[in-house]
Amino acid sequence: MRTNFLHVLSFLTLPILLPVGASAATLTVGLASEPTSTDPHYHSFTPNNGLARSLYGALVTTDANQKTVPDLATAWSVEGDNVWTFNLRKGVKFSNGVPFTAKDVIFTFCRVRNNPQAISDYFGNPVTNFVKVETPDDHTVRITTKVPEPLLPERMAEMAILSAGIVKHGEIAFDLANGCGVTGEWPTLARFNSGEDAIGTGPFKLTKYTKGAGVELARNENYWGEKPAWEKVTLLPIPNAGPRLAGLLAGNYDLVENPAARDVKQLEGDPRFGVTIRPSNRVIFLQMDVSKDQSPSVVTQNGTNPFKDERVRRAISMAIDRDTIVKRIMDGAAAPASQFVPETMFGAQPNPEPLIYDPEGAKKLLAEAGYPNGFKVTFAATNDRYINDSQVAQAIAQYLSRVGIQADVDAMTASIFFTRRSKSEFVLSMGGWGSTTGGASSFLQQFVATLDKDRGVGRSNYGGWSDPAFDAVILKAIATVDETKRAELLREAGKLALQKLPDIPIHFESTIWAFRKGIQFEGRMDQYTLPALAKAVK
Amino acid sequence: MAVLLAVSLVVFLAVFAVGDPVELLINPEATQHEREMMVRALGLDRPVWMQYLTFLGNAMQGDLGISFVHGEPALQIIIERMPATFELVFFALLIASLVGIPLGLYVGLNSDASLSRAIMTGSILGYSIPNFWKGMMLILLLSVWLHWLPTSGRGETVDILGIPVSFLTWDGVRHLVMPVLNLAIPNTALMIRLTASGAAEARTQDYVKFARAKGVRPQRIVRRHILRNILIPVITVLGIEFGALIAFSTITETVFAWPGMGKLLITSIYRLDRPVVVSYVMLITFLFVLINLIVDLIYAALDPRVKLMDRAP
Repeated sequence: MRTNFLHVLSFLTLPILLPVGASAATLTVGLASEPTSTDPHYHSFTPNNGLARSLYGALVTTDANQKTVPDLATAWSVEGDNVWTFNLRKGVKFSNGVPFTAKDVIFTFCRVRNNPQAISDYFGNPVTNFVKVETPDDHTVRITTKVPEPLLPERMAEMAILSAGIVKHGEIAFDLANGCGVTGEWPTLARFNSGEDAIGTGPFKLTKYTKGAGVELARNENYWGEKPAWEKVTLLPIPNAGPRLAGLLAGNYDLVENPAARDVKQLEGDPRFGVTIRPSNRVIFLQMDVSKDQSPSVVTQNGTNPFKDERVRRAISMAIDRDTIVKRIMDGAAAPASQFVPETMFGAQPNPEPLIYDPEGAKKLLAEAGYPNGFKVTFAATNDRYINDSQVAQAIAQYLSRVGIQADVDAMTASIFFTRRSKSEFVLSMGGWGSTTGGASSFLQQFVATLDKDRGVGRSNYGGWSDPAFDAVILKAIATVDETKRAELLREAGKLALQKLPDIPIHFESTIWAFRKGIQFEGRMDQYTLPALAKAVK
Repeated sequence: MAVLLAVSLVVFLAVFAVGDPVELLINPEATQHEREMMVRALGLDRPVWMQYLTFLGNAMQGDLGISFVHGEPALQIIIERMPATFELVFFALLIASLVGIPLGLYVGLNSDASLSRAIMTGSILGYSIPNFWKGMMLILLLSVWLHWLPTSGRGETVDILGIPVSFLTWDGVRHLVMPVLNLAIPNTALMIRLTASGAAEARTQDYVKFARAKGVRPQRIVRRHILRNILIPVITVLGIEFGALIAFSTITETVFAWPGMGKLLITSIYRLDRPVVVSYVMLITFLFVLINLIVDLIYAALDPRVKLMDRAP
């Protein structure tokens, strides 16, 4: 397609028609989806949280591997199980030059409880567990919780700290019943989006936010840490992967997130561009209904639900060739999974037993379980939520058919899939889960624990799995504040889950970033595209 | 009014039937309590007929609801995006008319010329190449290979009477060219074909023959007799296309990441943002009614036989 004529033409016209080449101190980023607000407490949504990390600081933050590291607090400690002390960093200023103190932390705790526009109570919820918050001096915050919260530092990493200066107030104190000393109107979504209240301690400050058209940032010259290389950053939402990559190739963008995996090879061979592929925290897995005796979606000779049998679940796992799926369908942008969280995560199995591909063994197990001729099942999957999801589902169905299980793929759009899954309509489905907080506990307490609304566990256990031995360990783990003990309990719980396989891990998705020469971008497990992490190199 | 009511009911129920927006909006790690609070806050805990009646009641007062995703009034979000789409469609149709009508006239009057055949073949191509593919090819050619134009986005805008427009800045024009071209090509082809067939037909009509026999100058025949007669179907189609492009230039806006209404519609449908989808469709219905009215008025101006009101004989 590329003809000599075009080459000559482009060569001739290039010098005249390239007036807006990216200058050294500006960075233009092509995002796959757009932040819906600059209010960091509006909606816990990956693009919003990513933007919040550029604009605001938090007491604690997480590094590229989701380990908690200091941000506005230089150190923290816990006395007993309920009293946490955070020592705040001195000499920090907000982007408008106002010094940061413990009052701003208290104000933030109060604001997340006085935020009626928020899409859910996600950010306000941790504060409901606070009995009191004291500030012995301007740079110490002491929190007392009702029930032990081992994940408090991680929760604090999600809570962007606002400046108390954005509202009219008297003496700020943690006194929710009386408005905490705030006398004016609480900050609104509109005031954040206009930029008026979007004042934080992050590496950048907001210049302009236009819905649908992008976000403009400028370097925060008051930032306490290493200042980013970019004076100006533009974040543009380009939801379609093709045009997003074209923008990079054409030189309009310096960095784009999630180019299609099939284009990576071409980019890697091109000296003008660089690529970063980084395993993410999202596992793709199969979930089976193990509680119903019968279901219209599964047809067997004896009329039973085969997934109740541990041997059938094991056989399904053995029937799937994860390496080939990763290589052929995911184009290498994934890693085969033998557990539910990546090995580097808190509480993960250090050396999990690999889930091997053994179709003969799978057939044998199925025969032992009483299904020598297999069975017929409807296999539900999304077709627009995870990377190549419908192709992965098709491949799994073919592997299953090789051992005699006839799986009919029913791929649907995410909005329908999630609604139907929440009503436990599927007997076999393929889902995804990103473990953002709590390390290994996130998946296990959400999907494997028996549903218990009061304790808040088992909310995604749509298959109705229930194992008292597992429940005892996971419930103990999530209430243990001591990190070493908690990690040990989580490893034990993870081992129990992998023995019985109520869910079958398939692979971990990787996140891909592509960028022009002259930029170094490391990438993160949590998939945030943080402009501050883009380094200028020669 | 009845049309608006029917449309609102159908769309409301359709979005309701597709799925539960809470499943898409909520952080999956949220607790049951948070989930219930969210459902209540969005008003989704009540039966659907009650939700609809509340919506109708508010709509009567001009409030079409608050976007689930953006937390701001749905109508305001749509109207914010309107200027971008209007700008795109206006220029696309301007080009389509300025290029398409003269070319069509030429073809209609000289149907045997080889240039005419070339134009007609080209118009078939222009009309039948899929929008998405054409957009990608334009990007590949003009941006990736030639580096002439930026791939997507809207570029720099200036405010005129508080409305941001991009055709007044060089950067804005550079961003406008490709999406406008992408929309204009099929419409130019449509205009060519419409004008050509009209002109070919009118050429053989008695009044043209009569005018020619009378010795009227050929240019005057074309301008006064042929063009004026064939403009009526052209205006009708332009009107319909205007409405259709405003409402559904979704594909072009998606390919070029143009921050207009079409892109908003598609993301809102994916995320089941019911207030935005319902308001959008109602607004578009209203727009179509309005456009039809304007087209009728133009008819009356063009065709002396069409009268807006029957005057007493």
